[in-house]
Amino acid sequence: MASPKASAFEYAPAPESRSVVDIAPSYGLFIDGEFTEAADGRVFKSISPSTEEVLSEVAQAGEADVDRAVRAARKAFEKWSALPGSERAKYLFRIARIVQERSRELAVLETLDNGKPIKETRDADLPLVAAHFFYYAGWADKLDHAGFGPSPKPLGVAGQVIPWNFPLLMLAWKIAPALATGNTVVLKPAETTPLSALFFADICRQAGLPRGVVNVLPGYGDTGAAVVAHPDVNKVAFTGSTAVGKEIARTVAGTRKKLTLELGGKGANIVFDDAPVDQAVEGIVTGIFFNQGQVCCAGSRLLVQESIHDELLDSLKRRLSTLRLGDPLDKNTDIGAINSAEQLARITALAEQGEAEGAERWSPACELPSSGYWFAPTLFTNVTQAHTIARDEIFGPVLSVLTFRTPEEAVAKANNTQYGLSAGIWTEKGSRILAVANKLRAGVVWSNTFNKFDPTSPFGGYKESGFGREGGRHGLEAYLDVR
Amino acid sequence: MSDKTEKTERLSVFKTYKLYVGGKFPRSESGRVYEVTDSKGKWLANAPQSSRKDARDAVVAARKAFGGWAGATAYLRGQILYRVAEMLEGRRDQFVREVADAEGLSKSKAALQVDAAIDRWVWYAGWTDKIAQVVGGGNPVAGPFFNLSTPEPTGVVAVLAPQESSFLGLVSVIAPVIATGNTAVVIASEQSPLPALSLGEVLATSDLPGGVVNVLSGRTAEIAAPLAAHQDVNAIDLTGADEVLAKELEIAAADNLKRVVRPQAVDYFGPPGIERLTAFLETKTVWHPTGSLGASGSSY
Repeated sequence: MASPKASAFEYAPAPESRSVVDIAPSYGLFIDGEFTEAADGRVFKSISPSTEEVLSEVAQAGEADVDRAVRAARKAFEKWSALPGSERAKYLFRIARIVQERSRELAVLETLDNGKPIKETRDADLPLVAAHFFYYAGWADKLDHAGFGPSPKPLGVAGQVIPWNFPLLMLAWKIAPALATGNTVVLKPAETTPLSALFFADICRQAGLPRGVVNVLPGYGDTGAAVVAHPDVNKVAFTGSTAVGKEIARTVAGTRKKLTLELGGKGANIVFDDAPVDQAVEGIVTGIFFNQGQVCCAGSRLLVQESIHDELLDSLKRRLSTLRLGDPLDKNTDIGAINSAEQLARITALAEQGEAEGAERWSPACELPSSGYWFAPTLFTNVTQAHTIARDEIFGPVLSVLTFRTPEEAVAKANNTQYGLSAGIWTEKGSRILAVANKLRAGVVWSNTFNKFDPTSPFGGYKESGFGREGGRHGLEAYLDVR
Repeated sequence: MSDKTEKTERLSVFKTYKLYVGGKFPRSESGRVYEVTDSKGKWLANAPQSSRKDARDAVVAARKAFGGWAGATAYLRGQILYRVAEMLEGRRDQFVREVADAEGLSKSKAALQVDAAIDRWVWYAGWTDKIAQVVGGGNPVAGPFFNLSTPEPTGVVAVLAPQESSFLGLVSVIAPVIATGNTAVVIASEQSPLPALSLGEVLATSDLPGGVVNVLSGRTAEIAAPLAAHQDVNAIDLTGADEVLAKELEIAAADNLKRVVRPQAVDYFGPPGIERLTAFLETKTVWHPTGSLGASGSSY
């Protein structure tokens, strides 16, 4: 994104070395402690979204494989759940440590497979993955004190289906609490980002985790559906779109399967007129351009108080002009690739609809690489609440800007959505933060910050953003037989 | 008139049982009633047979009441719930009679049910200002941030009251819903709705704001269907549904991802635990940087 004025920001390329990761030409399913081909021999390719280069060929699990994995998990459950918590804890501590040891390798792998900047995988994804395992490891032998009654029991086999936006982090959010509480796992990673889960399978082997405790089944939506529908699965955990979440809720209806869902969002980032503009601008950028906006809790609706609209937008545009889009492995890159052609098409279509419905589109001067899937940081002004881009989750680097005059109006607009995952508040006035936070129907409210995550802090949505919480003491409940 | 009036037994005044919606006592808008009998088949009363429209009206009332009730202090909610127990105690004999009729119990057995139900109100009244401390709290974030996780009511909860336990069971499913600040649309036991309809009269005189609890009688399946599919209902307790109906309703409830409590065997005399309190709570985590007192004065 070189512009003449920005010459002071020219950087020489600073790519992270790829040689730290060794990607095999093909990977199997991980069932009962072994890598194995799919029963029907099907495979699919995982590509790097920044170059469209094929990274590896991966076995695609079908129903027979799901059944085999669930059996393995069921068999392993007996011993795993009977282990003293202190022993389970030590396995999880081992995993946390190995993740730390291999974090550079995994960061590069994740960046290759997902397309997100190395800056993010290195500084956010991987440290959080390790921290998550470390946190839940400590819970394994303290469950009696977690507030769910004496000796709370695990549920059994957990079927877990995770998305492509934070592949390894979502794996950690699912697997760490499941294992700590004594469940065993059948995990289906997303079809566009299966590799880090398969590397994680190798970490389980290094850690000496008993066979069958963790099973990894790469595949598409039908594989996930088979995991969810398998009659011997006791617990279903899903992170992904609201539409699929509803389908899953219908599938488990009438069963005894316990369900937690972490779904879409349309987070409002509310900026009041007394907010420090520079900090707010940084928070807005983090809110919507972190991970190319492919974040369920993204601050995709900017609600700015009318009196500072022009000033804030000028600053924001100036800041966006300094974002560096390009090679995700470059340590200076701010904006990486969109995860897939399909996602790029969806973002493109919604942005076009924004224009067609009359909102005003703006992007900084920005050169997109010739191969791979790219979308320039984009903002829309003159957006009304009726616009599709103010209602639908875009899951891309697209910000819709709306205005308000009073705190009441801000709250009403922020809550005017089917979703309820995240929100942001920017103001110097403490009582206003508390009053507004109180009224927002969202599971996570960031005041004077945005997109902060921590393993000790429960995360999850209100309304159609799903139910159940991940992280913290609250995150244990999803994997315990407490109601 | 003659002086030789024979001594006749006084003719009692029957009560017209009505719905309790938005703090008022309407009949079903459909004009329908159905016969309620005791366990031996003797006629007790005609109860309103609620329609889909009654269900929708009840949701509107519950939604309208939600902001005020959820926003009331936990202390006030506790005071009001305790007041409910006080009013119940005053009407104890009436409920004993109604429960005995409804469930075919002796007076003394029915009295045990009613006493347990009153005590349960008291128990939940005390929870209103404690649950946040038990299930919420600060989290030790690895960074310069303070955050706090707080439980909040999920919103409007549809409650299919248990079919068998017409009063103790009823109380055991309503009280936890409203103790935490939710509002409720309750479908009374289909065969034995009278204790539930009388409970409405108690709630109306206990300072409970209108609309916080709405009580409908009628055919459970008919009323539950529109509630399970309603886009402005946030959660549904399927306790009073049989297996087939429960599955049907859970599928309908998925459409706006209602929080669902599935039917399960419960001994309502046993200690309730806090599961019914937490079932209809959301957790909100609010973050703020802690800042530093360094020279810059700010660490956003």
